[in-house]
Amino acid sequence: MKAPVVASDQLINEELLNTVLVTNKRFWMLAVLLSTGVFAAVVVVVLLIINGLSITGFNRPVMWGFYITNFVFWIGISHAGVMISAILRLSQAEWRRPVTRAAEVLTVFSLLTAMMNPLIHTGRPWRTIYWLFPYDFARGIWPDIRSPFVWDPSAVFTYLTGSTAFVFIALVPDFAVIRDRTTGWRHVVYGALALGWRGTPRQWKLQIVAGVLLSAIILPVFVSVHSIVSWDFAVALVPAWHTTIFAPYFVIGAVHSGVSAVITMMAAMRWLFKWDNYITPDHFDSLGRLLIVVASAWFYFTLLELFFSIFYVESHEIAVWDLRFFQWPYNLMVIVFVFTGYIFPVGLWLSKRVRRNIVAMFWISIFVNIAMWLERFLIIVPGLQYKQAATFSWGSYMPSAAEGIFVLGTFCFVGLLLLIFSKFFPLIPLFDIKEGKVLTTEIQVGRVGVPAVYREE
Amino acid sequence: MVRASERDSKWSMVVDIDRCSGCQACVIACHAENNIKLPDEEMYETGRTQNWIRIDRYWEGEFPDVKARFLPVFCQHCGNAPCEPVCPVYATYHSLDGLNIQVYNRCVGTRFCANNDPYNVRFFNWWEPIWPDIMRNYLNPDVTVRSKGIMEKCTMCVHRIRRAERTADRDGREINDGELMPACAQACPTGSLVFGDLNDDNSKVSHMVEDERAYRLLESLGTGPNVVYLKKVDPEYKGEAVKHHG
Repeated sequence: MKAPVVASDQLINEELLNTVLVTNKRFWMLAVLLSTGVFAAVVVVVLLIINGLSITGFNRPVMWGFYITNFVFWIGISHAGVMISAILRLSQAEWRRPVTRAAEVLTVFSLLTAMMNPLIHTGRPWRTIYWLFPYDFARGIWPDIRSPFVWDPSAVFTYLTGSTAFVFIALVPDFAVIRDRTTGWRHVVYGALALGWRGTPRQWKLQIVAGVLLSAIILPVFVSVHSIVSWDFAVALVPAWHTTIFAPYFVIGAVHSGVSAVITMMAAMRWLFKWDNYITPDHFDSLGRLLIVVASAWFYFTLLELFFSIFYVESHEIAVWDLRFFQWPYNLMVIVFVFTGYIFPVGLWLSKRVRRNIVAMFWISIFVNIAMWLERFLIIVPGLQYKQAATFSWGSYMPSAAEGIFVLGTFCFVGLLLLIFSKFFPLIPLFDIKEGKVLTTEIQVGRVGVPAVYREE
Repeated sequence: MVRASERDSKWSMVVDIDRCSGCQACVIACHAENNIKLPDEEMYETGRTQNWIRIDRYWEGEFPDVKARFLPVFCQHCGNAPCEPVCPVYATYHSLDGLNIQVYNRCVGTRFCANNDPYNVRFFNWWEPIWPDIMRNYLNPDVTVRSKGIMEKCTMCVHRIRRAERTADRDGREINDGELMPACAQACPTGSLVFGDLNDDNSKVSHMVEDERAYRLLESLGTGPNVVYLKKVDPEYKGEAVKHHG
C-alpha cells in the first residue's frame, strides 16, 4: 500500500490536531443535529419509564422487537474496531494506520450504545442493573448461569474493557503531544492522561508490546462476543432461532456491518475535517476488497440458514420462512436485505472505480448497514410471530413511535459521542501516521514502482 | 406428621377435551381468584388482555359442516421447562412438587421466558394494574397484585396448594385427593379439568393419565409438560384435521 502522507511531522501534528484545537462550522451543525436526536431519545426513555412498556408495540407472542434488533446491530458494529486494528495490525496491513483509532473508538461507543438497548427494553433498567451487576448475594442466590443473559453481559463487558484499554494505549503518545501544546487546565488533564509519556525508546517499546499483546488477547473476545450474543437466540426453542450456525453467522455478519460502518465513518471524517491527505481512495479500495470476501462469507451463511431450515421439514419452521418470503411487509424486507446487503454492494465493489469513489463507497456502506439492521429484525421477529404449530396464538408486531425514535436516537448518540471525542482527542493516531511515514520513506529506494514498507523483524 | 417440604407430591392437571364445552367459566374463575388485571379498552385495542387460562378455539371442517374445537391452554408446568433456564435471575424455577414457580419480585422483565415459551401462556404487565373503586375489596388477599414490568402466569393456584398443605400438616395427615383444586377446575361445570397428585397412585388424575386418549401439548419439543390432555372422542371424525403434533 502506498503511504498516505508525504508531509513533515510538524504538518501532521497541525493537520490532525486541528479537530482538537479548532472548531469548524460543519462540526457545530452536526453537533446540533445529533443532539436533537439524542434529546428525542431521552424524552422517549423518560416516557417509557413513566408509562411502562405499554407505549411500545410489543405484545404476546412477540416480546422482543426493535430494541433487541438494535442491540444486536450495535454489537455488530462494535466488531469494526478489532477487525481493523487487531487483525490488520497482526497481519501487518500498512493501510490500516489512519483508520485504527476511529474504528476502535467506534467499537467502544457502539458497545455502550448497544448495552443501553436491553436495559431500556426491560422497562425498569435500574432493576436489571441491580440484579445482574452488583449482585445482591445476601440471600445466597446467584444469577442463573444457564441463562444466555448472564453470558451476554459478561462477554460484552469483557470486550468493552479490552477495547477501552486498546484505545487508551494507542492514545497515550498523542495525549503527550496535546499536553505539550495546551496550557492551563487542559494541560493538566492531558498531562495526567499521558501518564508521564516522554517518548523514550523504552516507553515506545512498551507501548508497542502492549498494543500487540492486546491485539492478540482481544481476538478471542472478538469472536466470542457475537457468538454469545447469537446464543441469546440460538439456545431458545423458537423456530428459526433454534439453529447451530448462529455463532459464526453472527460474527461474520458483524464484521460485514462493522467494516462498512468504518467506511461510512471514514467518508464522514474526510468531509468534516478535510483530511484528504490522510484518508485516501487507497483506504476505501482496500476496505472494499476486504468486504467482498467478508460479504460473500456472510451471504453463504445466510443461504445456509435457509437451507438448514428447509432441510429438516418441520411445519413451524416452514411457516416462519413462508412468513419471511411471502407475506407483507417481510417479503419487501427480504428483497431489500438481499439486494442492499449483498448483490448490490458486492457487485459494485468488484469495480475498482467504485471502490475508489468515496461518495459511492459512503452510500454503499450506508445501504449495507440498512440491510444488516433488517437482517437482525428478520431473524428476531418472524420466528416469534409464528412460534409453534398452535396457530391460535400466532401474533404480529408493529413497532411504535417510541421504539423508532429510540433507535434513531442511538444512531445520533454514537455520532455525537464520536464528534465529542474528536473534539478532545485526535481521531487519527499521530504517532502511527508518523511511524508509517518513516518506515515507508526508508524503503522507497528499492524496486521502482512497488511501494513497500520497511519493518524491523 | 408430614411437613410440606417432605411431601412427595407432583401436582398435575388433566384436561378432558371431550368434556370441554368452551364456556370460559374457568377463565372468569381464574380472573377472580388470581387478581388478574381487568381488561380495559386500551388493553383490548392493543390485544394485551391477560388470561392465565384461555380457550383456544379451532375450526374443523368446511362451511357449513364446521365444528368448533376447544382447547383450554394454561401454563403446562413443564418438567423440562424452556422458560426456566433462560431467566438470568431465577425469577422462574421449578418447585419440588412439580410446579413452575414465578417469583414476581425477582423478575426484571427481560421477557426471554415468554419468548421461549412455546405455549404462549406467559403474560407481561404492560401497565400498572388499576381496579375500579368498587372492585378494590374483591381482590384475593392470598395473591400478589402484580405491578407493571413483570411477568406472570398460571400458578396452578399455588396459594390453595400451600394452604391445603398447612391444613393437612396441622391435622397430621396426608392431603386427600380432591380436597383441593385450582379455581378453574372448581368452576368447570362439565368436570373437564381435574387436578390432583400424580405421585399418589390412588388419585383420580393418576388413573386418568393411563387413558389411551392421553397426550401432552407440543410433546415433540421435549418440554415434558405436567398437564395431560385427553383427546376428543368424535364418532363423526373423518380423520384429516389432526396432525401428530405431540
